[in-house]
Amino acid sequence: MSLAELICPAGTPAALRTAVDVGADAVYCGFQDATNARNFPGLNFTPDELAEAVVYAHARGTKVLLALNTYPPAGKVDLWRQAADLGVRLGVDAFILADMGVADYIARTHPQARLHLSVQAAASSPEAIRYYCEHFGVRRVVLPRILTIPEIRQIKREIPCEIETFIFGNHGLMVEGRCSLTNYLTGQSTNMDGVCSPAGDVEYTRHADGAMSSRLAGFTIDRFGPEEKAGYPTICKGRYTAPHRPEGYYAFEEPVSLNLSRLLPELIDAGVHAFKIEGRQRSKSYVRGVVRAFRAAVDDIRAGRQANMADLVALTEGQKQTQGAFETKKWR
Amino acid sequence: MAVTEMTKLTLGPIAYHWSAGTRRDFYARIADEAPVDEVYLGEVICSKRTPFHESDLPETIDRLERAGKRVIVSTLAEVMLTRERKATADLAAMETPEIEVNNAAGLYARGARPHRIGPFMNAYNEVTIQWMAGQGATHVCLPAELPGPAIAVAARAARDLGLGVEVQVFGRASLAVSARCYHARAHGRTKDNCQFVCEQDADGMPLSTRDDAPILRVNGIQTQSESYLDLLPETPRLVADGVTHLRLMPQVVDMAAVAGVFRAVLDGALSAGEADARLAALCDGTGLSNGFYHGAAGYRRIAMAAPA
Repeated sequence: MSLAELICPAGTPAALRTAVDVGADAVYCGFQDATNARNFPGLNFTPDELAEAVVYAHARGTKVLLALNTYPPAGKVDLWRQAADLGVRLGVDAFILADMGVADYIARTHPQARLHLSVQAAASSPEAIRYYCEHFGVRRVVLPRILTIPEIRQIKREIPCEIETFIFGNHGLMVEGRCSLTNYLTGQSTNMDGVCSPAGDVEYTRHADGAMSSRLAGFTIDRFGPEEKAGYPTICKGRYTAPHRPEGYYAFEEPVSLNLSRLLPELIDAGVHAFKIEGRQRSKSYVRGVVRAFRAAVDDIRAGRQANMADLVALTEGQKQTQGAFETKKWR
Repeated sequence: MAVTEMTKLTLGPIAYHWSAGTRRDFYARIADEAPVDEVYLGEVICSKRTPFHESDLPETIDRLERAGKRVIVSTLAEVMLTRERKATADLAAMETPEIEVNNAAGLYARGARPHRIGPFMNAYNEVTIQWMAGQGATHVCLPAELPGPAIAVAARAARDLGLGVEVQVFGRASLAVSARCYHARAHGRTKDNCQFVCEQDADGMPLSTRDDAPILRVNGIQTQSESYLDLLPETPRLVADGVTHLRLMPQVVDMAAVAGVFRAVLDGALSAGEADARLAALCDGTGLSNGFYHGAAGYRRIAMAAPA
């Protein structure tokens, strides 16, 4: 599987089996703790569940990638070490990591393990990527969602490892692994706890005029008119006021989702080895729909056929979508 | 209090797009009047700003060094474009002054030659610090969001390895960086077409919630806290835990006076209550916060428990 591998989210054992059944080349998942960046209630795997998942996936030719992509705070590194040891014991196919200490530990303790550099490491230049390749033997980099396709093509020429890019799902605006917005408002850290705009701190308030406020830990992240659909209060997708923008505006980005389906052939041509679908927090039926559609599209492209992009575009119907930074520098 | 006397006060790099003239005046005053031991220079946030002030760098370094300050040059936090890669490689190639690296591209370029680890390098734990020390790091600045108990463990590890260890104790916290310029976006422009609109906001562009609660500051591609981080009450604890350097981030306040307050606390020349009151007066209504240190929401102001 050397071309255009499809890397699919598995937030639960059921979602994992679904993704495997509809044709994922690999699934990525994490344990139920701070060792991964989707440490949300009700998500992720117990050790027993991961053991079963690996057996299920391997029996069907699908790889399992274990996300250990948070940054352990000093004094708590053992949790990450133990997760790595367990992953090796259970036979996962690769670790997705960001912290240099974690990378060094796995590289020294389990030299046979395959390492992927998480988007959380924010390696966005050939030099940064080579640092991780040369020191830790990283075999694949997941690129930050901030590069244009010509820039990706240029990077590919200068690095000794594979490239994985996000193609679909939630569109984070900040450089991953360098964002403390959630911790500033809630006391839970994205980098250390794997938490982003946590549901437990979310509150929706209906006002007398029919407007709705969405709040995070007491802060109004957005306010919606009676005719608007209230969105989830993710800090970087809220509306705020600035001195010359008193009306309130999307200071960072509108609540759009990333959809690069139209750019798949160009991304393959630029040297991207694997396509990542975001969404470990999504339902089984969402995973089924998205993975099935991208499976068909990637197979068509591989076979030299025109892919049916309409199905992929329809996946985000009713939502705004974007090609983000990938299409043009003007996004910046 | 022998340990306290060794603690160094540092001035972090200017995060904002201050004009060359403002910077010259600022550093002249720092050289003459601020009781800081070390000063970090250089553009960390936006590579487009560098041409405005890089030609002043040698003179500023000379001015500060003649005033007895040690000078360190910091590298960009985000390295993506050709000019950013080149700027990082050029700084990494310098033998003097010292260099603080803020991106893995800088680590790659620097190799095993001595360097400092900047706050954007995510040195969250003792294992990572040990790795970095083995690659030539001599000093590490911890992330601003690291809570007190983790700072203590990291500081002990760093000192055992012979590294300096630094914590930001004053100024807005960096909460995020992006490839997109939010200053340009606020003015309907793009990063390539920004016309340096960020120069209008010397202390960052305030963002408030739609019910008028000040919440964040925009500084080009960087998002900062609305409140100034203030670990003045925690300073004795940080020193006791082995932190060797305390970092003050430049804001639009009297930074020489801010440094004076921290210096007085380190010297035991000012009571905690008096120091807090002086700092609050200098900050003129800007919220002060220490939530990160206490494992709480970063914007919060947590009262220190009375000594047992």
